[in-house]
Amino acid sequence: MIWLPSLIKACYLVAALLFILGLKRMSSPRTARGGIVWAGYGMLLAVFATFFLPDMHNLGLIIAAVVIGVGAAWWSGKRVAMTDMPQMVALYNGMGGGAAAAIGAVELIGYVRKLQATIGIPDTSPLRPEAWAIDALHPVVAVVALSPIELALGVLGALIGAVSFSGSLIAFSKLQGWLDKRFVFTGQRALNLLLLAAAIVAGVLLVSGYASFGLIAAFFVLALLFGLMMTLPIGGADMPVVISLYNAFTGLAVAFEGFVLGNETMIIAGTVVGAAGTLLTQLMAKAMNRSIGNVLFGSFGASGAEAQAIDGAQKPIDAADAAVMMAYAERVVIVPGYGMAVAQAQHKVWEFAQLLIKRGVKVKFAIHPVAGRMPGHMNVLLAEAGVPYDLIADMDEINPEFPATDVALVIGANDVVNPLAKTDPASPIYGMPILDVSNAKHVIVVKRGKGTGFAGIENALFYADNSRMLYGDGQAAAGELVSELKTLDT
Amino acid sequence: MIDGFLALYIFMLAAFTGYEIIARVPVILHTPLMSGSNFVHGIVVVGAMIALGHAQTPLEMTVGFIGVLLGAGNAAGGYVVTERMLEMFKSSKPDASKAASREAKR
Repeated sequence: MIWLPSLIKACYLVAALLFILGLKRMSSPRTARGGIVWAGYGMLLAVFATFFLPDMHNLGLIIAAVVIGVGAAWWSGKRVAMTDMPQMVALYNGMGGGAAAAIGAVELIGYVRKLQATIGIPDTSPLRPEAWAIDALHPVVAVVALSPIELALGVLGALIGAVSFSGSLIAFSKLQGWLDKRFVFTGQRALNLLLLAAAIVAGVLLVSGYASFGLIAAFFVLALLFGLMMTLPIGGADMPVVISLYNAFTGLAVAFEGFVLGNETMIIAGTVVGAAGTLLTQLMAKAMNRSIGNVLFGSFGASGAEAQAIDGAQKPIDAADAAVMMAYAERVVIVPGYGMAVAQAQHKVWEFAQLLIKRGVKVKFAIHPVAGRMPGHMNVLLAEAGVPYDLIADMDEINPEFPATDVALVIGANDVVNPLAKTDPASPIYGMPILDVSNAKHVIVVKRGKGTGFAGIENALFYADNSRMLYGDGQAAAGELVSELKTLDT
Repeated sequence: MIDGFLALYIFMLAAFTGYEIIARVPVILHTPLMSGSNFVHGIVVVGAMIALGHAQTPLEMTVGFIGVLLGAGNAAGGYVVTERMLEMFKSSKPDASKAASREAKR
């Protein structure tokens, strides 16, 4: 079977090719569906080929772990509602980071075990199970010690993977609503930096030969703790940036562990994801006019400056008037936000839009790059409801059109339409590019109550002269609009 | 084992590939593409399988088992949610004829 190693290598090569082609196809709406299928075949091929690698033991355990992991994730992925996608992506991403960290851990433990067996240092670590003695009796012939660079990359990958793991789990808990408080205290940043520094010191010690099982354990505890503490203070509105960043982290961790294992496909796939994820993270941060560092370490919404007081009052409107206003408008732009996702209102909103279109109204949907809790979150929800993507406009496209828009209907969006981002330097969102809905002739805001948005910031739009507030749950309000429109027709 | 410099070349080229792939993606596809790349780094399951395959002590096996479990979850979960999201974009397929009729109206 002299051809087997080459065959396995060929499978890995084809898998890497399928990943890249698949991602390429996913970057256009027309071919996107096929893209994920291609990448899926690549994954199947790579996993299948791995079983035939030389010197593989524990096959039963491997199969059991694969079956359980695939089964649980498949089941949960099929069941989850579209609105809950962000947290599922965060969860699966965290699992990938955890897997990379686990690879690093296995390699490090094996490295230290072999090292101690060869040099004969008695291990005083309490972690040491008796079974290891058997191995110590047969010192590994050629100690497969890792080269310094492999060791360093393995430790780095494990650090990044562990941070991505615990950080993503916190992001998941926040998006799931299990952790709705932002956890902030004084000296937090200093503590986080200390944790990171300690983890790095432990990592450097591991690389420079002071390896012991206790140190490995300490290293992972510190790394996991850092990921946890780093993510806790970050608010829900910043989650698109955070999820995207951890996605890039996991990619990098996978690439580094791929180097340690000598697996080119892992290096390629991990690096491609790392680079793509970094770029996507930058795009997200730019859409909020903030640096990635500011998102991670800044204390958003906690600036000491007094925000501008807003004069005037919110002026309510009822569903009947709102429906009439839009029914006789020429152009209507619908601006959905996270509130639409929470209310699961996308289907009703599309039904309403269809009725308007039938009456000859030109309807468009405008989406802010960071609307929702994940990049492109709103696009997915609208697509789920059946909105064709040529009706959906992004910020640069739609902003010049607002002055010619008769009615802008804002559903569940808040900070991304707040004019204070342009006018009030004291506002925490000052400088963030927004959708200029206030330039439309009329603005109707569907909102549950009079309170402030997620970031706790007053919204000047709600007090503007051309704004009317339609209070109510997004789905109920859209339902009312639909029935009012229908009575107009009869 | 791979030669260090060869690995650096792979890193470099793959990084450019990733950058190029995502550089001109419409906002509409950001979510599917992110979850798609999330699926692609599920290749970590292969690494975890190799690690578990070479594990010799109970501790290594336990950690390796967890690794494979998590990696398989990453791959399978990433695939399912991406596929579900991209499935929905299919519905706007007859947009070519729709766009044409809209053009005619103008």
